[in-house]
Amino acid sequence: MSTFNLDVYMPVVILITLAVLVAGGSILLGSIIRPHHPNQLKESAYECGEEPIGTAWANFNVRFYVIALIFIVFDVESALMFPVAAIFKKFNEIGLGGTLLLSILTFTLVLVAGIAYCWKKGDLDWVKSFNAPQVNASKDK
Amino acid sequence: MNSTVVTYLSQSKEFSSVVSWLTNLLGFDATSFVAFVIFAIGCLIVVGALATIGGLGTYAERKISADLQMRQGPNRVGPYGILQFLADGVKMILKEDIIPSQADRFTFILAPFLCMVGVFATLAVVPFSSGFMLADLNAGVFYLIGMASLVGVGVFLGGYSSNSKWSMLGGMRGASQIISYEIPGTITIISIVLLAGGLSFKTLISGQGGLPQEWYLFHNPFAFMGFFVYFTSALAETNRAPFDLPEAESELVSGYHTEYSGMRFGLFALAEYIEVFVVCGVAVALFLGGYKVPFDLGSGKILVEKLGLDSMFAQNIGQLLELGSFFTKTLLLYYVVIWVRWTLPRLRVDQLMTLCWKYLTPVALFNLIGCAVWMYAFNGKSIYSLIFESAVTVAGHH
Repeated sequence: MSTFNLDVYMPVVILITLAVLVAGGSILLGSIIRPHHPNQLKESAYECGEEPIGTAWANFNVRFYVIALIFIVFDVESALMFPVAAIFKKFNEIGLGGTLLLSILTFTLVLVAGIAYCWKKGDLDWVKSFNAPQVNASKDK
Repeated sequence: MNSTVVTYLSQSKEFSSVVSWLTNLLGFDATSFVAFVIFAIGCLIVVGALATIGGLGTYAERKISADLQMRQGPNRVGPYGILQFLADGVKMILKEDIIPSQADRFTFILAPFLCMVGVFATLAVVPFSSGFMLADLNAGVFYLIGMASLVGVGVFLGGYSSNSKWSMLGGMRGASQIISYEIPGTITIISIVLLAGGLSFKTLISGQGGLPQEWYLFHNPFAFMGFFVYFTSALAETNRAPFDLPEAESELVSGYHTEYSGMRFGLFALAEYIEVFVVCGVAVALFLGGYKVPFDLGSGKILVEKLGLDSMFAQNIGQLLELGSFFTKTLLLYYVVIWVRWTLPRLRVDQLMTLCWKYLTPVALFNLIGCAVWMYAFNGKSIYSLIFESAVTVAGHH
């Protein structure tokens, strides 16, 4: 067997197809036997029995986007750390572990610097300050 | 060497005879075709088994919660109510399918499909036993993390497309929670990859043994802490209580699937329960020795030597033992997940983010450095073998 064999990825394709088939099939099966009596009230969005006021697609709390930005930084850096981690044991056995250890330490240092910066800036706090004018606290759920 | 269900079966005589028979019949090399058929059957078995486990998960959830609250739980459908999940499934198929008129129709329909695809695709690399593994991808864990994050996309799209305020809040919370907790989880997985020296699940498990002191859980103190970091972030990533903020029923009605009815809701639920099984299986594979059976019973060599059994037959018995070992540990963890849900109260959003970014992520980074230094300083030996060796040297001096 060759080192790179696409046959290995066959189950992945089969499973994805199966997932779509199972999901689509069960909904399709239901569409034959389930009732279908739509009316305007049934099709309106649920808002505790009241008529929905406006759309839900409004400007949303900015904190969620800050979290997303921090996530991007960390996710990319941890993705870059995978190859180093995967070869660490092999290199350690032939005596090159020190070099890799140094590179891991450098990488982690960058991550720690990133998290320390965010922490210092207060971006990790959900509510930045209770003393600030009620901009932040009012929307808190 | 890739080890999947096909390579395992190709050891037997019947496999090569079937391949040569088909090659003669069809006039081209039938190996790939036979492999495809075996993979298809394997996938069907896995999907069938896992869908049943997911369904039984909903039953177990209610039965265990009833047990913890001194109630009866479901007890009408079948013996001890065990067929309840089938009745639920029939009910969900029969329910009217309502798509809100204000909703974004395409993404509304797409969202449950994304959840299902994300969860089912991860099943390809779950190591059930050394022979029964659908795909031993060399990118194993990496592939799993990538595919599992499709579920986050599904949750967010489901919340966004409904055009309901409850769904929107739930979807936003879900997305931010799933991506945040991916960081400590991934960093912990990296530290275990450091110990194992490879990304495929075969490599990750082969570094461990059947007995607890050979597991990565007890390899060093950092890996021990890492298990709890991983387990916590796995709970949060699958939206399980105490991290079930995206579907917090007491504040957000039903969260991101408020507007989903019938089978579309059922697909979300099924995906969630299968995902819980998958993350438990990954935790077992990374920390608790995976499918390994004590005393090397899994390879069947002892059976051949002591009892004189046929080697293929002995291997099959070994595989069954490995399957038993994997499922026992995974289902025990599954029980712990449900137990946690009915024990701990739900966190607040700010507590959730504090726990992730100010506690788990720094601890995970510390564990990563700890594991790397441990590997370098002690040449990859586990704490047990270090103690054992020093005890032997001390005994040798006397």
